[in-house]
Amino acid sequence: MKILVGIKRVVDYNVRVRVKPDGSGVALDGVKMSINPFDEIALEEALRIRERNQATEVIVVAVGPEEVQTQLRSALAMGADRAILVKCDQPIEPQGVARALLAVIRQEQIGLAILGKQAIDDDAGQTGQMLAALWERPQVTFASKLELQAEKAQVTREVDSGLETLSIDLPAVITTDLRLNEPRYIKLPDIMKAKKKPLAVTDLAALGVNAMPQFRVVKTEPPVPRARGIMVKDVPELVAELRKRGVVS
Amino acid sequence: MSRVLVIADHDGHQLGSGCSRCVTAAAKLGAAELHVAVFAAAGGAIAAQAAELAGVSKVLVVERAENAHLLAAVLAPQVVKLAAGYDYVIGPANTFGKDLLPRVAALLGVGQVSDLMFVESAHRFRRPTYAGNAIVTIESPPEVKLVATIRTASFAAAGGGGSAPIEAASTDAVLPTHTRFVSINAAKSDRPELQSAKRVVSGGRALANSENFQLIYALADRLGAAVGASRAAVDAGYVPSDMQVGQTGKIIAPELYMAIGISGAIQHLTGIKDARTIVAINKDAEAPIFEVADVGLVGDLFKIVPELTALLSKASG
Ligand SMILES: Cc1cc2nc3c(=O)[nH]c(=O)nc-3n(C[C@H](O)[C@H](O)[C@H](O)COP(=O)(O)OP(=O)(O)OC[C@H]3O[C@@H](n4cnc5c(N)ncnc54)[C@H](O)[C@@H]3O)c2cc1C
Repeated sequence: MKILVGIKRVVDYNVRVRVKPDGSGVALDGVKMSINPFDEIALEEALRIRERNQATEVIVVAVGPEEVQTQLRSALAMGADRAILVKCDQPIEPQGVARALLAVIRQEQIGLAILGKQAIDDDAGQTGQMLAALWERPQVTFASKLELQAEKAQVTREVDSGLETLSIDLPAVITTDLRLNEPRYIKLPDIMKAKKKPLAVTDLAALGVNAMPQFRVVKTEPPVPRARGIMVKDVPELVAELRKRGVVS
Repeated sequence: MSRVLVIADHDGHQLGSGCSRCVTAAAKLGAAELHVAVFAAAGGAIAAQAAELAGVSKVLVVERAENAHLLAAVLAPQVVKLAAGYDYVIGPANTFGKDLLPRVAALLGVGQVSDLMFVESAHRFRRPTYAGNAIVTIESPPEVKLVATIRTASFAAAGGGGSAPIEAASTDAVLPTHTRFVSINAAKSDRPELQSAKRVVSGGRALANSENFQLIYALADRLGAAVGASRAAVDAGYVPSDMQVGQTGKIIAPELYMAIGISGAIQHLTGIKDARTIVAINKDAEAPIFEVADVGLVGDLFKIVPELTALLSKASG
């Protein structure tokens, strides 16, 4: 079985993003870019499945501009077998990404697709579910535990009320939550090895995918800041302050 | 004169807290017809609760044995059938709506607005990106059916007192059998639900183990508050995952939020920014949580929290 893992290039989670003063978006010049953390978790899970001999190949796929090759190389260094870049220089919405991934899935006869539950830039959280819908296959979102059996999987997901377990037939789409695993660190020799691994480049037109955005982004603004607070020196003062504000009786 | 369909969240018995927030959002979208759809095996009691929400014009109940558990793959084809004739299909941005609505949107061949937080006009909305650090205003073409999840913390709960008619609805959707419910492991608690609680007390990594979290529970019980946690506290196993507050956990807007031994990482702050009053207790005066706190106290939580609980007990006891 082949596993597809979706990779997105995003602003590193440690960066404090700043909105450009002209409202045209977020300042990206010179900002550190990384693999979306949830996608790293997706890749780690795929690698573990392959290491247990439950999969033959792990293919990482990204939809985006040329620069995404850097993140695909990191994914190869982590242990993916090969990479596919679906070139796209325009902004693309989750629906377009889902269509592109589906085209790759059909070409490659994928048995399991593992994606992050959301990307930490647009925070949309849609691609996995959209992919599963278009593929007409099961989806398990927010996965925190995955057990593969022949042609089936038992997956536990983090839901608002607790932990839900589903049983699904493969092929399927899984989206990862934070506690599914802890991704491995990349070692220096792996970076060297990754340079020799195959990275194929295609584009939306070659895949026959229409990815016209539906939404127009009018402007981007920083959030309204909260008013400056006060410091109290001890517990009695804290309680007095909370009473004054009417938040405790 | 738009028609809005709200997909109700519920646990099989009780209407979820997200639905009434969606009803408020639907009103802002200019709903002339505001329908709530309840998918369940037996949805009568849930529908009755939805019918009481002010502004709802009709409740549709789709009862099927397959709807006993709210599986996105099973519900989505039914929602798609029901969606014909509506301009908007919306649901709460909780784990139920986040799972279901993108699947619905894709089947309808349209995009989705995630975490819709403000309605500027019928086709112009705001939503948070980058963990709430960049708010985007977006426009959707009026001729396209709009699918959205509603950021529940951004909309007040709808009032009660309504008495909308309840109708049984059915769809001829063919349902897949490739996805099966196995079990749910839900922590039973007498405390208020985190997402709708008026007061929330959260603990972080500083609690150091699950026994120490009793300090947080005791304070919360004193205040009648729900209990939350940072990701670090969840990852370390001090508390279950359903208590995580933040970008990738629950987004909440209580009247009072107390962050205890939580540093205030951006991923945590995005979950609490809409709280009316934020109180921070942390031994590090430089902790970023103090930048958003309305009231801050620097010190050791192991000393402060018991004292606070005792003082609150004394005064109101
Ligand atoms: C993709 C991604 C998603 C994430 N999503 C979330 C999310 O949804 N929610 C979330 O919370 N985090 C999330 N995080 C993690 C986040 O970045 C932080 O790591 C986390 O919030 C830290 O938790 P903490 O504040 O409990 O721990 P720490 O950052 O370790 O802070 C502990 C604090 O306790 C204080 N302290 C220690 N001892 C005491 C004492 N005795 N008395 C008083 N104070 C004390 C310290 O001064 C410190 O400020 C996410 C991270 C990533 C990468």
